[in-house]
Amino acid sequence: MFTATTLNRRSYRTQNVARAVFFLMTVTLVIPVLIIVGTLVVKGGPAISWEFLFTAPRDGMTAGGIFPALVGTVWLVAVALLASVPVGVAAALYLSEYAPDNLLTRSINLAIINLAGVPSIVHALFGVGAFVLFFNIGASILAASLTLAVMTLPVVIVATRESLQAVPQAFREACWNMGATRWQTIRKVVLPNSISGILTGVILEVSRTAGETAPIMFTGAAAFVAFLPASVFDQTMAMSYHLYYIATQQTGVPEEVTFGVALVLISIVLLMNAISIGFRVYLRGLKKW
Amino acid sequence: MVDVLPAPAPASGGTSPLYGEPPLIEVQGLTIAYDGQPALRDISLDIFRHEIFGIIGPANSGKTSFLRALNRMDGFNPGMEVRGSIRLNGKDINAWRNVYALRSRIGVVFPLPVGLPLTVYDNVAFSPRLRGIRKKAELDEVVERCLTRAALWDEVKDRLDSLGSLLSGGQQQRLTIARALSQEPELLLLDEFSIAVDPVTTMRIEDVLRELRSELTIVLVTNLVQQARRLADRTAFFLMGEMVEIGVTEDLFEGKVGDERTTGYIEGRYG
Amino acid sequence: MDRRDLAWYVDRAAQALVFVGGISAIIFILGIFVFVTKEGLDFVLGPLDLGEFFTSIAWRPTSNNPTYGALALMVGTASVTGFAMLFSVPLSLGAALYIGEFATGKTREALKILVEMLAAIPSVVWGFVGMSIMNPLIIETFDVPVGLGVLNAGLILGLMAAPIMTTIAEDALKAVPDTYREAAEALGATRWEVILKVVIPASKNGLLAAVLLGVGRGFGETMAVLMASGHAINLPTSPFDSVRALTATIAAELGDTVYGSNHYGALFTLGIFLFLVTFIINLTADVVVRGIRKK
Repeated sequence: MFTATTLNRRSYRTQNVARAVFFLMTVTLVIPVLIIVGTLVVKGGPAISWEFLFTAPRDGMTAGGIFPALVGTVWLVAVALLASVPVGVAAALYLSEYAPDNLLTRSINLAIINLAGVPSIVHALFGVGAFVLFFNIGASILAASLTLAVMTLPVVIVATRESLQAVPQAFREACWNMGATRWQTIRKVVLPNSISGILTGVILEVSRTAGETAPIMFTGAAAFVAFLPASVFDQTMAMSYHLYYIATQQTGVPEEVTFGVALVLISIVLLMNAISIGFRVYLRGLKKW
Repeated sequence: MVDVLPAPAPASGGTSPLYGEPPLIEVQGLTIAYDGQPALRDISLDIFRHEIFGIIGPANSGKTSFLRALNRMDGFNPGMEVRGSIRLNGKDINAWRNVYALRSRIGVVFPLPVGLPLTVYDNVAFSPRLRGIRKKAELDEVVERCLTRAALWDEVKDRLDSLGSLLSGGQQQRLTIARALSQEPELLLLDEFSIAVDPVTTMRIEDVLRELRSELTIVLVTNLVQQARRLADRTAFFLMGEMVEIGVTEDLFEGKVGDERTTGYIEGRYG
Repeated sequence: MDRRDLAWYVDRAAQALVFVGGISAIIFILGIFVFVTKEGLDFVLGPLDLGEFFTSIAWRPTSNNPTYGALALMVGTASVTGFAMLFSVPLSLGAALYIGEFATGKTREALKILVEMLAAIPSVVWGFVGMSIMNPLIIETFDVPVGLGVLNAGLILGLMAAPIMTTIAEDALKAVPDTYREAAEALGATRWEVILKVVIPASKNGLLAAVLLGVGRGFGETMAVLMASGHAINLPTSPFDSVRALTATIAAELGDTVYGSNHYGALFTLGIFLFLVTFIINLTADVVVRGIRKK
């Protein structure tokens, strides 16, 4: 019945052009991910073997495997989580469940944004100044992990706060109306219904922590340690620092080995991310109210 | 209905002619505002033990704000400001050192039903557990009694472990009532409880409320004037944040009013 | 009856405990400033010549006659960040518009996940990509002797900063109420016209904040820039020139300094400078975002 006017047709053509341009822009951004992962798999894949994953480097890191670096990364991540998850969850609980809307709360929020925005190398300097020197821990897993914990604290806080705030306020008021204290309400209704969201954030934090290099360079990571760490006061090798080291500081490392290390590192990180994303999608399908 | 009331109660102050006791609640000069916007102005009234006190009035007349103030719910909402005094058993509710203990003695039911994301059983056992009741048999008894009184037991007795938050709206409303009863409150605040419930169930719950009058005091906010007539011993009429009228329910419905607007509202001329 | 029971005290204790968690963020950010300043203070009050620091390109901390001119490092950081933003800002905002306004269903989900993957790649892997994939590619494509420089680091940095810009920009677009869109569409405007005339103007503060946070991200990036920029002190005249960034300088040199030496202090001074600049960027972004919320 209606014939499109010239004007109309032109504006629809503009719309389609805009849509196509934006689509191409998006693709331009995300294509490199696929290229990078693809290249790492093709060039690093052949290096991956049982021996590569489970033995120590040999012959000036030109041969052997990455086992001490893998173990070191697990140590660093585990200790960092032990430190940051309780503090981060507490901070999120305070902000979401207790904090009044005042200057202090705004300052806390600003501090969180800044913790996330301060360059990683400045976090490293802080780690050196505070943990290694002032608290006299020395360059060690503990110092490196604490530096990582401070740096990734915003990840836990933001993810936890989001999942706490996804619990409807009406549930809290219903509990308070029965005479439950804020803490009883948190423990019995709010936390049980947000714990999965918090877990998603923690997995994401694992992914972030495992990949960081700058904060651990001067606080506890070492280029080569012949033994596996026995306590948090030992220095350790780490996957991220190992990649930096063999890519820039060490000559004669076969290309295959360097690509292999990069492949293992990115696999750990992306696997954690995938678990986190999958978990989130699963939770979205789980209807509890 | 009229026979139940031996004599008209005074509008305010004094002792209850019904039971010869001082009032349970004494409200003096209560004014409520949200972010500076007044919702209720200078209300003074008494509520006596074991009466059903009705509050009628059109939307936005301040009825719900009044209930929120009685339960100290101003603490939930930073923008809500309450002035004046409310005394429960002669003690100012703001003077309570443990506000949670105060709230645990007051049951509330609001128009939007809230089934907590716990099992039906845990919803009703929530408050008894807060009181320290741990024995399974004792909890079972409370859960069954409260669900039965809220006219929900027959529908949920076979699925007590399904999520309360996934029940239908009407069922969630009755679950909320059961939860309020499980507090064994001394005061029950009901705000348009029948909004999500069918008429037959409403009647059943109204019967329960009449029975409960021997155990506790009820403040019933309703948008159904006939519900107030059926249940309330005395009724107050709120309009645009002011209390226009307060008196024995039957008097109001017979036209013995101090303000023409009351009759106008009761007869449905506006609202 | 009105008794402070165990539950009351437990609630108080819990509140005190989580409060400590809450203010820990403030303690840490102050701690960062204090400890970085503490280590750099002797140098700042002593040998630091502010004029030289901001105007000289001679960063020679290990020479017999050491000079600490950070201008080349600042220019290095600025050129790489600037180049990155040149292509990353339009691409990120375009991607945010596509994901937020055009894409639906599975496509939208898939694109969002890919953007998240982009954000997940560790910076040391990006640096490695710059060295081992981009470097030969640039040498071959443009027939230049070295592929590590502004172009390489800029491209890498742009991709790294893109996810945060895309995500924040998409949030800003999402914050525009649907009623605005519906009202404009009811008047016969096409989706594109609605975006151009209604959505973008309504979300411009959020988009600006997104760009600022992207700049902050690029400014503070360390490992990728260290590995992909060529790390040579240089005032660049072409995109193929090698440069050296502020962050990269600290990462590369701190390990070789003696505790308490002037060189050590100078690197912490760079840290103070980085902290202050990122703090200002983040503060500005926050003020800009708060501006929209108030409206």
